[in-house]
Amino acid sequence: MLFKYLLQLADNQLILSQRLSELCGHGPALEQDIAITNISLDLIGQARLLFQYATKHDDQKRNEDQLALVRPENEYRNVLLVEQPNVDFAHVIVRQYFYDEFNFLNYSALVNSKDEELAAIATKSLMEVKYHLRFSRNWMLRLGDGTAISNQKMQDAIDDLWAYPGELFEMTADEQVLAKAGVAVDVSTLQENWKEAVLATLQEATLAIPEGTWHQTGGKKGIHSEYMGHILAEMQFLQRAYPNQTW
Amino acid sequence: MDEKALQLRFQEQIDAEIKIEPKDWMPDAYRKTLIRQMSQHAHSEIVGMLPEGNWVTRAPTLKRKAILLAKIQDEAGHGLYLYSATETLGISRDEMIQALHSGKAKYSSVFNYPTLSWADIGAIGWLVDGAAIMNQVALMRTSYGPYSRAMIRICKEESFHQRQGFDILYTLCQGSEEQKAMAQDAFNRWWWPSIMMFGPHDAESTHSSQSTKWKIKRKSNDELRQDFVDATVQQAEVLGLTIPDPDLKWNEERKHYDFGAINWEEFWTVVKGNGPCNRERIAARQKAYDDGEWVRDAAAAYAKKHTHAYPSTSTS
Repeated sequence: MLFKYLLQLADNQLILSQRLSELCGHGPALEQDIAITNISLDLIGQARLLFQYATKHDDQKRNEDQLALVRPENEYRNVLLVEQPNVDFAHVIVRQYFYDEFNFLNYSALVNSKDEELAAIATKSLMEVKYHLRFSRNWMLRLGDGTAISNQKMQDAIDDLWAYPGELFEMTADEQVLAKAGVAVDVSTLQENWKEAVLATLQEATLAIPEGTWHQTGGKKGIHSEYMGHILAEMQFLQRAYPNQTW
Repeated sequence: MDEKALQLRFQEQIDAEIKIEPKDWMPDAYRKTLIRQMSQHAHSEIVGMLPEGNWVTRAPTLKRKAILLAKIQDEAGHGLYLYSATETLGISRDEMIQALHSGKAKYSSVFNYPTLSWADIGAIGWLVDGAAIMNQVALMRTSYGPYSRAMIRICKEESFHQRQGFDILYTLCQGSEEQKAMAQDAFNRWWWPSIMMFGPHDAESTHSSQSTKWKIKRKSNDELRQDFVDATVQQAEVLGLTIPDPDLKWNEERKHYDFGAINWEEFWTVVKGNGPCNRERIAARQKAYDDGEWVRDAAAAYAKKHTHAYPSTSTS
């Protein structure tokens, strides 16, 4: 049960990191290229801590790379939000900001986990996530309140991605048990704080709050978008083509 | 002071190994030479991110992916640092980038070769960064202060890059037959382009003699190339890779390795824009720049609207 929870946490960081790493060398300016790469790097680091911890609870005794890079698609437990594509810099920023607000709240709660190792991972990661949130929130404001063009692009990205954050606050059966035991975070309790922070940011950024209240779901159960297969085809390529080798 | 006296004092300063600083008087040609060389160097860092970025999403392990991302990030940092150092000579980063996109400014031709397998990432680190270090170590003593200081800082990171490249190949060479073949194939393709990185032979190098007098350049192309070959042959032996040059052999008299003739026709073909990836590299840079225009405009507009450039933040 803890094993699955660790994978779920790790997969979110892993897949978002993978998406960001696609932008390496293609950022809108050198400074943002460096920042995006840096966030990608932090997220891989966080994923590695979680995967390494997960290896200790794996019946099959797989190593971190077998966990991260060899599982079938329906065993990945990341939310749909993080697998959404890098349509343009507006989508990159909105996806990042929505996730960072969640990641910040989630890790802020996870530092109190009764599982000491998990609490330690959360404490270490939280320091990085604060920086990520500052970066993405500042860009929400700059681009929302920048030019008419940037405002429109941001609004389009928000409208496109608005259906995805809802899944972040869904509780799986395993999470409910672990939350009761004080190990996992009850993410359903984070939704109000998330919404409050996001709405304040959108308002300050002169961006409109979309009207839709429904949300897409599936990732946490292993049912992903069509994007996921392509992400994995790329990410898993060498491990699949040359199994059981040392790199 | 008249021009001639200034010239004289400038050369005395150089001869006495006193660094030239941005506000010092300098001959126009010195300034132009530096702008050309330093911006070319900066562009090489930035364009060099692309062939490696090609494998970042396919890195074989999380550890390798993290190392590669960090390495490419270093290169972006080097580019930023070198653009800033070049700006001290009175040219803007935007002007330099325009010159890159128009083809007026060059970048290291080696990045016009494709990265076809994971072993190429090892070969770039080991050979391309290895060759770059030879050049950059010599440039730590270059006469222009900001360039010299940039090189000192950059060299520290480059030697780490070379080691990670070697480590990738070393791991492959200890691995399966397929992995060894991958390493040899990458070596075969990257050896000659790396040798060519030092540029034309001294006799044919157009900028060399004046640059040497100004101590912008501290070692000749052929000297650096020889240093690189001598160091690399021994490392290839450790890896167990075969150097793709039948004429390579130790010359006891010279105490150096002799090596075969360089294919200068290929070199000039790639320099002139007809290498395997020249078009793709510039197109990728141009696209990133064009796609980023609205972002840069928005950031400028936001900074203008608000009294300070950085938005308030609720998290720090």
